[in-house]
Amino acid sequence: MPDAISRPPSRLQRATDQVFRRLCQATAGLLLALVVFIVLRIATAGAPAMREFGLGFLTGTTWDPNQGRHAILPEIWGTLYTSVLGLLVGTVFGLAAAVFLAEGYLGQAVHRALTALKLELRPGWAQLPDRLEQLLRNLVELLAAIPSVVYGLWGIFVVIPMIRPAAVWLHANLGWVPLFGTSFSGPGVLPAVLVLGIMIMPTITAISRDALISVPPKLRMAAYGLGATRWETIFAVILPTAARGIFGGVVLAFGRALGETMALAMLVGNSNRISVSLFSPANTLAALLANSFPEAGPKQVAILMYAALVLLGITLLVNVIGAAILQRASRQLEGAR
Amino acid sequence: MPPDASAVVTQDLNPFAGIDFSRLERSLRRPRTLMGFLLDTLVTGTTALALFPLFSVVWMLAWRGGKRLSVAALTQLPPSPMEAGGGFGNAIVGSLFMVGVATLLTVPIGILTAVYLARDGGGRLAGAARFAAKVLTGFPSILAGVFAYGAVVLLTGSFSAIAGAIALGILMIPTIILTAEDALRAVPARMLEAAIGMGATPTQATWMVLLPTALPGILTGVMLAVARAAGETAPLIFTALFSNYWLVSHGHVAAMRPTASLAVLIFNFAGMPFDNQIELAWAAALVLVLMVLAANVVGQTLSRRQVTQ
Amino acid sequence: MLSSRLAVAVVLAAGFACSDASKAPGSAAPATGTGAAPATGDGDVVRLQGAGASFPAPLYLKWFKAFSASKGVQVDYQSVGSGSGVKSFIDKTVDFGASDAAMTPEEIARVDVGAQLIPMTAGAIVLAYNLPGVKALRLSRKVYAGIFLGEVTKWNDPAIAATNPGEKLPDLPINVVVRADSSGTSYVFSRHLSAISEAFAKSPGTNKMPSWPVGTRSKGNEGVTAALKTTPGAIGYVEYGYARSQGLRMATLENKGGAFVDANTASGQAALASAKLPDDLIVWASDPDDKTAYPIVTYTWLLLYKRYPDKRKHDALVELVDYALTDGQKEAEALGYIPLPGPVVERVKVAVKSVTTGG
Repeated sequence: MPDAISRPPSRLQRATDQVFRRLCQATAGLLLALVVFIVLRIATAGAPAMREFGLGFLTGTTWDPNQGRHAILPEIWGTLYTSVLGLLVGTVFGLAAAVFLAEGYLGQAVHRALTALKLELRPGWAQLPDRLEQLLRNLVELLAAIPSVVYGLWGIFVVIPMIRPAAVWLHANLGWVPLFGTSFSGPGVLPAVLVLGIMIMPTITAISRDALISVPPKLRMAAYGLGATRWETIFAVILPTAARGIFGGVVLAFGRALGETMALAMLVGNSNRISVSLFSPANTLAALLANSFPEAGPKQVAILMYAALVLLGITLLVNVIGAAILQRASRQLEGAR
Repeated sequence: MPPDASAVVTQDLNPFAGIDFSRLERSLRRPRTLMGFLLDTLVTGTTALALFPLFSVVWMLAWRGGKRLSVAALTQLPPSPMEAGGGFGNAIVGSLFMVGVATLLTVPIGILTAVYLARDGGGRLAGAARFAAKVLTGFPSILAGVFAYGAVVLLTGSFSAIAGAIALGILMIPTIILTAEDALRAVPARMLEAAIGMGATPTQATWMVLLPTALPGILTGVMLAVARAAGETAPLIFTALFSNYWLVSHGHVAAMRPTASLAVLIFNFAGMPFDNQIELAWAAALVLVLMVLAANVVGQTLSRRQVTQ
Repeated sequence: MLSSRLAVAVVLAAGFACSDASKAPGSAAPATGTGAAPATGDGDVVRLQGAGASFPAPLYLKWFKAFSASKGVQVDYQSVGSGSGVKSFIDKTVDFGASDAAMTPEEIARVDVGAQLIPMTAGAIVLAYNLPGVKALRLSRKVYAGIFLGEVTKWNDPAIAATNPGEKLPDLPINVVVRADSSGTSYVFSRHLSAISEAFAKSPGTNKMPSWPVGTRSKGNEGVTAALKTTPGAIGYVEYGYARSQGLRMATLENKGGAFVDANTASGQAALASAKLPDDLIVWASDPDDKTAYPIVTYTWLLLYKRYPDKRKHDALVELVDYALTDGQKEAEALGYIPLPGPVVERVKVAVKSVTTGG
């Protein structure tokens, strides 16, 4: 195969080239068509509700099926609030883990230990640092393998009892702070945010780690050569260069957070309230869908499809803003490739 | 710093000539060193904290479901209420089948699309396709199921494993495309230019240089997508439903009939008031996590072999 | 120390070993009863697919498994919720449906071949509570309606103490637990509350997902149970079978006649008997008259098409229903359901005769 390209391309190779490029174009078009089709399907399904409720659907706060009043502002608020906080939690932990993995702390520490024990060149032991690093990577990715139903159950059985004492104390003593304003009743914003952050963490870690290790080693060596410490290199050179990749991971994670259904349906409290308090129950659009859809009759389905369209709109908006941020940032930073 | 600074080399070549090593110091009283040390500790601590949920969840699964993990549980059909024993063998087969089909559908399409986005990134179709993929990232899993119900189940007239695979595919594809595109873009331009300079067509450059180099990154995206798809419940409830029988019987794969899956089994059994079912649900969750771990390891082994070839 | 590769090899080997067993279901361990060989080769096995309410799911699953094993057919059921079950039934993507809320006339009209609803079993909804130290709790109609309206807020409220002279009620706020998701259980419970309280009927009223004025919302019966078990001072509504299996304490409720009744088979059947079944077999026992009746009881219906073109499916289905109505009813009590009263069984048998084949 290698000497296939050391000669000018033959006719067959040029034809294959054309076909392949057209094929790639076709799949991109297919994807676009699929998404447009999905959005149209949802829009037509939700059209009756859109006609009936109009834009008041987005600004009202009452959800009373009996009186025929539906509005999703509490859900829109809940979706954004939990997703942003969850993203914060997920990014803090995810980025820290990514840096830990990319810098190879574990491997270096094990290597130092082996050197101290004079084992570093023995056949079985020499690969231990790499094996442990690999194991650590797999452990982090294992978090992504846990089904969201299990995360929901874990939240109910482990997380809520665990944060209950702290929450009760915070509300009792610092209740004047709006964040701790309401009493803790179990499911609510805080358990949902914690579990959500953990769920999206593997995405951020895996993608950020890939971005960090793909920074050319010569950049790092150049920084060291100029006398920078490890962390000065990380902040001044590595992170900015990898920023684009990291941001891509963050955007994916945010999308996942917006659309997370099962775990939040079990943990967010499903109450139509708008509150800044971490302990108050809330509701998200995806959880509303999950809870109402199985029992929805045709009229309710239209209403839920309208809500789904709003959720897609939010995702769209978030991505537009993200792209704008990326544009602005990449004009300022320029990594060497 | 070379590991053995006292190696015997000639005076002229020794870069450390004249340095008294006993006077070198690394003091935490220096602000830069202190900052580095604190950040090291912070990062290590945060990572350890981040792993705590993993151990907590796996411990919870092992403690509540570990005792039911046995060959019997892996090979038998689900028990009915108030019945002892039973297992989730058909759910394992069903999950493998549906996630497998979804992967077979989305990986080629995803990678080809990513190639197009990475190579012809500026065009209108590319921009629109990339935007479409981003919109799909926030797609709630239940909607994927609802859409696949309307598009596939109503069309074919029955719940089926194929419909379930399609619903899972919708959830997998944005991750695969966006991660693969970033991985392809990260390949240094000069590698491509070298190939083209030798006379390769763009397609040959893609296949011989771009894809193999970006393979680890692409694989990350695929693994993330597979892990997510394996654990999704809501899409499958509306498309593949569930079945208490085997997917494969008498050499015939019932792909167009309702199919069991681990995620739906966990959902069903966790919601029942019978201890036998609840324990099986935990055991099934443990098996699911282990299966995805195995897939991850296989993927990494494959990718490593590819790169060193 | 196991290297990653060895671990993978072990897991995969286990996986292959197990999937080999899956290729020959007839030779799998017979404990689950699928050892019975189907009548003819594959493709000739009669398969029936049902979907719907989650409330009767445990009982249905037990019936279908026993029936399938003995008759060599494959009957499957998945709980997707009454609403989705009705939807699938209308869409003709299943062979039969199940619903706690029956079907509305509009929904029945949308089934072109016609629908036949038959009650298969019944169940009671109980108010389970978590009050350490309180062994028995009697709640009057006004009180338990008031609790769910948010009017009665503390456990040592005089209205509650009045009906519980011997008990020491703690000074705890009443932590109401309600369903987060749309469900038939909520529908039946809210229907009952609307029947006994005008204030409740006005708002929130009867609905599958009422907008409860008070209470933490948990998903599913299992969510409510988990909340009840972990929150002292909590009270919520769950299915009787659920509360019994999970060891929850249930309150004794006052019925229309003024008597305080526990949920059990006798009081359930008394409630059912007091509601006359009309011709379409859809009736609600929202507030039974009988003095021995438990106040919150409901039927649950199986949805059948009036015509099944496939004769084998039709025959299998009729046999299945017959089994459920006779032997099947014996299993109901053990699982926490109320067996159908004799007269009801007779009427259902007659109704099933109107399900025909051919055409």
